[in-house]
Amino acid sequence: MSLLNVDNLSVRIGGVTPVDGVSFSIDAGESFVLLGESGSGKSMTALAITRLLPSGGHITAGDILFDGQQLQFLPESGMRRLRGSGMAMIFQEPQTSLNPVMTIGEQIAEALPPGSSRAAQRAEVIRLLDEVGIPNPQTRLHSYPFELSGGQKQRAMIAQALAGQPKLLIADEPTTALDVTLQAQILELIRRLARERAMSLLMITHDLGVARHMADKVGIMYAGQLVETLPVGKGRGIEQAFHPYTLKLMDAVPNLNRAGARLAAIPGRVPPLDQPFHGCRFADRCEHAFSPCAGTPPAWTALGQGHAVRCHLTAVSDARSKPEKAVAATVIPPGQETVLKVRDLEVTFIQRTGQLFGKQRIRAVDGISFDLAGSETLALVGESGCGKTTAVKAILGLTPVTHGEVILDGQRVSGLSERQFKPHRKLAQIVFQDPYSSLNPRMRVGDILMEGMSALDVDAPSSREAAIASLLEKVGLPQDTAFKYPHEFSGGQRQRIAIARALAVKPRVLICDEPTSALDVSVQAQILNLLVDLQREEGLAMVFITHNLAAVGYLAHRVAVMKEGKIVETGATRDILTRPQHPYTQGLLAAVI
Amino acid sequence: MNFQPLFLWTDILVWLLVLACLTFGWTVARTPALRSSWHAVLARPMGMASLVVLAVFVFIGLADSLHYRARLDNGQLDVEVRSLLDKALGSLNERSERTYSAPLATHAQARETIEKPDGRQVRETPRLQHGGAHLADPEKDWLADVAVRTATGLMWGALVSLSLFMLLALLMRAVWRCDLKTAFARLWLPSPAAIAWRSLLMTGALILLATGVITSLAGGYHVLGTDKVGQDVLYQTLKSVRTGLVIGTLTTLVTLPLAIGLGLLAGYFRGWVDDVIQYVYTTLNSIPWVLLVAAAVLIVQVFIEQNESSFSSVAERADVRLLALCVIIGLTGWTGLARLLRAETLKLRELDYVTAARAFGVSGPRILTRHILPNVQHLILISIVMDFSGLVLAEAILSYVGVGVDPVMNSWGNMINAARLELAREPVVWWPLVAAFSFMFALVLAANLFADVVQDAFDPRVSKAAGDKP
Amino acid sequence: MIRYFLRRLLYAFPILIGVNLITFFLFFVVNTPDNMARIHLGVKHVTPEAIEQWKAEHGYDKPLFFNPQQTGVQTVTDTLFVDRSVKLFAFQFGKADDGRDIARDIKTRMWPSLAIALPVFVIGLLANITAALLMVFYRGTRLEYAGVAGLIALMSISGLFYIIAGQYFIAKLWQWLPISGFDGGIDAIKFILLPAIVSVAAGIGSGARWYRTIFIEEIGKDYVRTARAKGLSELRVLFRHVLKNGMIPILTGAVVVLPLLFTGSLVTESFFGIPGLGSYTIDAIRSQDFAIVQAMVFLGSVLYIVGLLLTDLSYTLVDPRVRLT
Repeated sequence: MSLLNVDNLSVRIGGVTPVDGVSFSIDAGESFVLLGESGSGKSMTALAITRLLPSGGHITAGDILFDGQQLQFLPESGMRRLRGSGMAMIFQEPQTSLNPVMTIGEQIAEALPPGSSRAAQRAEVIRLLDEVGIPNPQTRLHSYPFELSGGQKQRAMIAQALAGQPKLLIADEPTTALDVTLQAQILELIRRLARERAMSLLMITHDLGVARHMADKVGIMYAGQLVETLPVGKGRGIEQAFHPYTLKLMDAVPNLNRAGARLAAIPGRVPPLDQPFHGCRFADRCEHAFSPCAGTPPAWTALGQGHAVRCHLTAVSDARSKPEKAVAATVIPPGQETVLKVRDLEVTFIQRTGQLFGKQRIRAVDGISFDLAGSETLALVGESGCGKTTAVKAILGLTPVTHGEVILDGQRVSGLSERQFKPHRKLAQIVFQDPYSSLNPRMRVGDILMEGMSALDVDAPSSREAAIASLLEKVGLPQDTAFKYPHEFSGGQRQRIAIARALAVKPRVLICDEPTSALDVSVQAQILNLLVDLQREEGLAMVFITHNLAAVGYLAHRVAVMKEGKIVETGATRDILTRPQHPYTQGLLAAVI
Repeated sequence: MNFQPLFLWTDILVWLLVLACLTFGWTVARTPALRSSWHAVLARPMGMASLVVLAVFVFIGLADSLHYRARLDNGQLDVEVRSLLDKALGSLNERSERTYSAPLATHAQARETIEKPDGRQVRETPRLQHGGAHLADPEKDWLADVAVRTATGLMWGALVSLSLFMLLALLMRAVWRCDLKTAFARLWLPSPAAIAWRSLLMTGALILLATGVITSLAGGYHVLGTDKVGQDVLYQTLKSVRTGLVIGTLTTLVTLPLAIGLGLLAGYFRGWVDDVIQYVYTTLNSIPWVLLVAAAVLIVQVFIEQNESSFSSVAERADVRLLALCVIIGLTGWTGLARLLRAETLKLRELDYVTAARAFGVSGPRILTRHILPNVQHLILISIVMDFSGLVLAEAILSYVGVGVDPVMNSWGNMINAARLELAREPVVWWPLVAAFSFMFALVLAANLFADVVQDAFDPRVSKAAGDKP
Repeated sequence: MIRYFLRRLLYAFPILIGVNLITFFLFFVVNTPDNMARIHLGVKHVTPEAIEQWKAEHGYDKPLFFNPQQTGVQTVTDTLFVDRSVKLFAFQFGKADDGRDIARDIKTRMWPSLAIALPVFVIGLLANITAALLMVFYRGTRLEYAGVAGLIALMSISGLFYIIAGQYFIAKLWQWLPISGFDGGIDAIKFILLPAIVSVAAGIGSGARWYRTIFIEEIGKDYVRTARAKGLSELRVLFRHVLKNGMIPILTGAVVVLPLLFTGSLVTESFFGIPGLGSYTIDAIRSQDFAIVQAMVFLGSVLYIVGLLLTDLSYTLVDPRVRLT
């Protein structure tokens, strides 16, 4: 008998239907992964099951049967008894999900079943902290969340979730906010605990790797609906999937095995959920769509043991053309002349300390050197806080350089004053990670693109309008974009605008600071492909900053791995990916799942 | 010409402010993001209702901001400065009694010794010269007369309301390009995201009904009684509207450049600029506010006394003092907003779009005006509307302390100040106090409710879920 | 920690000097000592000698900022400004126009002020927090909507109205409490009650509304969702989690005014005839006694700076994340 059975669940919140008719079941001890892009409704599904929907949200239809109880009719007090002891939850952001002014010991103790003595509670908390792998649990008990590292905080969250001996653990993107190396550890911990305690697991993720790693069964969500469920493991992978969306999603993920192959991008974007749908929700992005797709919502079709899909293609055996072979990307050879030369770059910040007028120096970038030729891409890989962003800001003259030199196109630019630097500014431009904060919400896209041209006096003023039009075409945006404001665009479109803005001044070096990590997988591929195309057309040299080694295989010529302000290993991409020398690089590679 | 226009300093500034508001309105209409926020304000019935009430007050205040001096029969200019509002209220101001009389009274409040035609001296309350003077037998006719006048007033109010509704429907029919029936339906039936027309109509009708009753009664009575020197209290209260509005708005005019300039500079340039500005505002903040204002006003008072001769009329002197009060409150009151803007600028300057502009070599002042200022606009607007009510209330306190507006100027503060003694009289004189408080309450409440709605519509913390991210 | 306070104290000096500069400028540049002498002596007695003598008597016989008769550093130090500032820093406030010692007046009058202001502060804080919590507990219901509307109405009424209405109804009409006055010892309570009720009523509108915003903001945070996911009851979530976090800005915001309680409230004291520093100041403003006003400005600034220090200190007590460095 299944522990949790969700049948035809629908949720409505403020005019939007983020979850629409979702059904699945989880057996005791089974781990089920809900996989989907942002806005697919996977988190809302989890919150609806625990009845913790944000204010304004409510369950409009469906049955939730948990451990023999109908949850949607349970009074709040009954639901409260179930939370913690029946089903516990871990959230994405350990940083904000713990109460900042209570010790973790207190917070875990709160989740223990009531009625035990203080001493017994204390012993239990220590045991739990020990179980999740926090060293020195006797003293850590008294720590406040801010005194723990990100990974330890997430471990404390897990300990808290385990405190009530739940039968079902719901984990909502538990590793997304963590560094790659930590991700693998936390996932392993959750898997081990679930196995040891015979606990069922409902895991929410956008990451195919996580799904492969954790799932007994995967449910793929798209635009508020479950489109496919299939069993994983025991020799069967997600590769068995049928739905075109699932297949595309797999091809869109940069992957070590397919390094060098062009990513399969899904055109368009996830449809907004404030409208009624008539056909398949994926139809207008699907290359196999045929006549019934637009008009009739597809029904579930069973394809095998536990494998079901919601797609019209199941009815016509041959409607789908042969799965296309991965297209090899034509990696163009790098040019000869060096456009960017960095030597012993060092950036230190001064921080106030406890002493009267006392100051302390923090070395963010500690003597890095590299060369970059025209049409070449260098990937700068490292975890958060390793100084990679500071390094590129220093190269662009946005942060003072403490020591060392930066030579752009033969000109030494480090140590120049703002006025002296200005003529060289058009040589190097930057694209940022967050597409939401990188565009001024109060400026029209046309003005945003114009700003650099007029500040750096690129092109004659009369020809700038035309230049903007051709830029928009180059990055694949319609012409009327110039008259709109940023909020009218999706994340991927905004990132295209940001790329156009950087290209507007015709730079020779383009620095991309994690340009795709805030985007959905299907959109990521679009942007990465665009960058490769632009490099070929414009002969751009690129510095590509990322924390994800898997992403670099296909677009970088060379890789430099950064740790604590230093470059610990550098070399050709193929060498680094296949024969990493430095233990840190090896660790990073091993963490890629 | 039988009059000469007179531009008081505050008049000029008030009209400049009106001009500025119109320009702002024009920009709003052209910027989609701002337009949708304002639309959200007007879509809330509460926002619409409070805006209507505020508009009525502003209308009174503006009518009172067009001053002139009449030319007397002998060709010389009258020493008394009058405004358009005085002209409109004409009879109210002129029909003074000798001293206190209660609202709608026909007799004075206090007994006086009166010599009867037959030579007897009796102590009784004399008939008023104007209030109810048309009644032959006040005892008998008063109630009927008041009732008839109230009914007539209500009828006129209803009539005007209905015809305005008609006019609006005709106008909107042209705007919406629909038939008249649809126009009526759209104006009357509430729909969630649309402008709250019904709220506009209802509030307007209520105000018109009240105005009808008051106008109709004011023809024969002192609706809110008279004060110590027999002046009509309704007139005083209406004249006080301008004082409250001027303090609430002109002060902001002084505050804004300081707060915006210093706040943005401190936040953007940091370093020593920030240190100096922070020093200045900590210093200003550390002085108790009332004392600082008091000290400054005392100085202005000394200055005015020393230059008494340069003012050609009492009104001009009082006006200079009012302006000085605004400047003083403004100079001492910029710190709060400056601090807020500094904090916001510190956050904004780290955002990627500012970094991108810096990577283009865009200069500091240009980044401030193009990237930072437009993105703190909502904070400035919220602070303006939130401060307004506080300033109107502060005027009363300062006038009580003795450092408010000129004692000869009509203001709610001065009226309340006088009421302290009036409440101690026997029988109690309560109406000037109640009149001042109800008008002040109406204005401040409308302003506070409006501020609440504006904050909801403009504060990104509230509107983020609805607007920014898809 | 000690180093921190040393640094803050060093920072306080320039601020106090700034305060003195401002008040000095306000008082003496427009209204010069000569003017003051003329006003005080009256029209009849104005002779140059009499003015000089008055100035000497009241300590105004030096140049304001710059003394050309001296040399070196003394051109700046031997001036009225430095003289007065040094005296203020030593809390020597001098004499009022009627010849009374200001410092002694302040010492005797601060206790009645405190007797009124402290209960008002404590009761007000409790009332505001309670009202805010009630509204947060009933959030989303009609009760909360009415509550917020009520608070906006309450804060739209002039503070003077609360006083006048309170005096009229409670004291005059119903005669429950004395209308004004003050007495020492246990009798003080009956004089304190009315001003306290009135002040709390006048403050609850804006106070409770502000605290409600703080609590509502806290309730939207992730850790509250975590607490609910643990199966805690709504009351427990509110009191153990939300209140604890919300109290940080509330308490630290309240601490800054603690020292200023000594200086009392101008309007309340003067309406209720309380012989405290508030009414002292208001009388001084009305009689244009600059010496007293300057003393009160200086005192107020010193207390404000003490309040800022206490604010920092209180952060370390209520927020485990803050360590003073």
